[in-house]
Amino acid sequence: MRFTIADLKKGEKGIITDSSSEDIPLKLLEMGCLPGNEVHLLQLAPFSDPMYLNVNDSFLAIRKETAGLIIIEKVNG
Amino acid sequence: MGKQLNVALIGNPNTGKTSVFNALTGLNQKVGNYPGVTVDKKQGVCKLSRGVKANVLDLPGTYSLNASSLDENVVIELLLNKNDKDYPDVAIIVSDVETLKRNLLLFTQIKDLKIPTILVINMSDLMQRKGIELDIKFLETKLHTKIALVSTRKNTGIEELKQLIEGFKTISIETCLDTTLIDKDYFQSLQKAFPNQDIYKLWLVITQDANFGKITRQELDISRFKTKSNQELKRLQQKEAIKRYQFINNILKDGQTIDRSKATGLRSKLDRVLIHKVWGYVIFFLVLLTIFQAIYDWATLPMDLIDTNFASLAEWVKNSFPGGGKVTDLVAEGVISGIGGIVIFIPQIAFLFLFISILEESGYMSRVVFLMDRVMRRYGLSGKSLVPLISGTACAIPAVMATRNIENWKERLITILVVPFTTCSARLPVYLIIIALVIPEGSIIGLSYQALTLMALYLLGFGMAIFSAYVLDRVLKTKHKTFFVVEMPNYKLPLIKNVIITVIEKTKTFVFEAGKIILAISVILWIMASYGPDDKFYNAESYVKQSSELQSTDDYNDQIAAYKLEHSYIGIVGKTIEPLIRPLGYDWKVGIGIVASFAAREVFVGTLATIYSVQGDQEDTIKERMANEVREDGQPLFGLASGISLMIFYAFAMQCMSTLAVVKKETNSWKWPILQLIIMTLIAYFSALIVYQIIS
Repeated sequence: MRFTIADLKKGEKGIITDSSSEDIPLKLLEMGCLPGNEVHLLQLAPFSDPMYLNVNDSFLAIRKETAGLIIIEKVNG
Repeated sequence: MGKQLNVALIGNPNTGKTSVFNALTGLNQKVGNYPGVTVDKKQGVCKLSRGVKANVLDLPGTYSLNASSLDENVVIELLLNKNDKDYPDVAIIVSDVETLKRNLLLFTQIKDLKIPTILVINMSDLMQRKGIELDIKFLETKLHTKIALVSTRKNTGIEELKQLIEGFKTISIETCLDTTLIDKDYFQSLQKAFPNQDIYKLWLVITQDANFGKITRQELDISRFKTKSNQELKRLQQKEAIKRYQFINNILKDGQTIDRSKATGLRSKLDRVLIHKVWGYVIFFLVLLTIFQAIYDWATLPMDLIDTNFASLAEWVKNSFPGGGKVTDLVAEGVISGIGGIVIFIPQIAFLFLFISILEESGYMSRVVFLMDRVMRRYGLSGKSLVPLISGTACAIPAVMATRNIENWKERLITILVVPFTTCSARLPVYLIIIALVIPEGSIIGLSYQALTLMALYLLGFGMAIFSAYVLDRVLKTKHKTFFVVEMPNYKLPLIKNVIITVIEKTKTFVFEAGKIILAISVILWIMASYGPDDKFYNAESYVKQSSELQSTDDYNDQIAAYKLEHSYIGIVGKTIEPLIRPLGYDWKVGIGIVASFAAREVFVGTLATIYSVQGDQEDTIKERMANEVREDGQPLFGLASGISLMIFYAFAMQCMSTLAVVKKETNSWKWPILQLIIMTLIAYFSALIVYQIIS
């Protein structure tokens, strides 16, 4: 099963494995959404969108649509 | 004579870059525009030792040299153009201590352009509390730079920074990253074609869609290197980001230690409440309510004071220079009334900017964006549209400009088109004076009827903006691609100095910009009211018969004055449009105000003031004069029906030339501002018509 950031629940973490989709804005990559970095989902707005996360020491909010493009491996605990 | 050196301040948003700028330059700064674009250009002078002065430029905040907005383009255009008069001798990258890693990405990019670069690590006072330790000597060596630890809050490190600026010649210009490592073959052939050019600069010229000025374009004919598809270029850019982070992580591994257990939980504690699914919205609503109630209560006092003082000033001028004739009249009736109409704005604009800048500085605004994005998206807007819509309550011009960070073009266009519906401060004087005239005093659960009416008008404007966005979202057809990245900055207590400077700057700009128009129109109006085309104006006495011997001379004089006004140029204009506006409940004098308002709505009150002062007594305030106006049937002109109709008209009509000009600039087409003008005005006319007909 392939996970993306959009599959994370509040408080869960994951490691990015692939963020090469063309539809991911460059800005997001430059803020640290790159393979190998840990993503921590901090909070969700109503309807789980947007998503508030911590990655690469940055605190960001992105839409679920974009989050669904970033592939991760879930981290347990 | 001291020599000047150019310093450019560059950094991510929310790192306190502007605080560093304020600390370096004090109040010694000015805001201008970059040629061709409406991006604020903030410049200031910093005095160094021995008479050396640094010309400091505060560039718009950016996360990278890969620009994705007009503001960010400004940064790269300057840095790639060595011939620009502001091209920096030294660049200062401002990072905050917690987001050092991400800020170093931008830092390495600037370094690779071979510009001497100083790294400022701001908020250094927080290091201990956040459990962060930095090996400054190590970082300086590895990054080929000089580092200044600064705290703008505690006011430390600024002197050291000034010394580093002075010694900029000793700073290494060695690059951080070998650009060719991204794609050896491609970059080597590129370098071969332009052996004299800096390779990273070439790469930016290829990838960035910015205007680099004639010289760079001629110098570098890169067209034959556009061999790669956009997709390939994007992949290389991603590779570049990965390479840069590898470099940065390698250095930070040894140069920075973070004890994460020490990170304080302020952010998560506040976030738990402020973006809570229920409480978040309740709090946001309360914040808005507080702002409006406060503005209404606090600002009325100074405003009344200004109103009264200008009325007595005009009276004083008139009495003190009785021999001045037409000149005295022009000063007393045209100029002073006109300036009064500008000055009366200051309290409210200052308050609005005060609140907006506190919300921005504290980090709360991003939370509102987060809360509202989903809701706004349903109406074709973005969470980021909220900042423009809220700024729009101060003035639509900065609001339209604030849409620039909305990445999606359609969402941005819709935001630009609907922003002028929000209640800008220029509408306030109209609302305030009409509310005072037609809405009774008294209160319900502690909120006055008048304040509630004002709140309702704000909601009406906001509602109309949302509704039109919804319609536009259905009508406009563009390919929808979502881009939405918002940084959620740390919560901070706003720096009073920053807030004050913002309030002063914004208010000053607004007053001077709007002031020019208002003053010019007041003078034109006065002239049009003081001259007429024919004998009816100049010999009013022979046309107005004293009706009975019982009539007092005062009444008779008033009658002559009114007759004269009616037959002046302006009276003729007003009379011509009267049939059109009579169904809305206005007379021809109000008509003149409305016509003049199409230049800028804030002239309305001043216009009526000018008209009534030409006609009547000097010592009355504008409000008293308006209250005394009666229709032919003896009813007061400003009754409930006509008052509300007038407010509705002002709520919806597009009456601001400056906004139209900015919309033209930002959308790069006349189509949008023209559509805006026509559609909004039609909506205004028919809404006011319906409202008046129903109430009366």
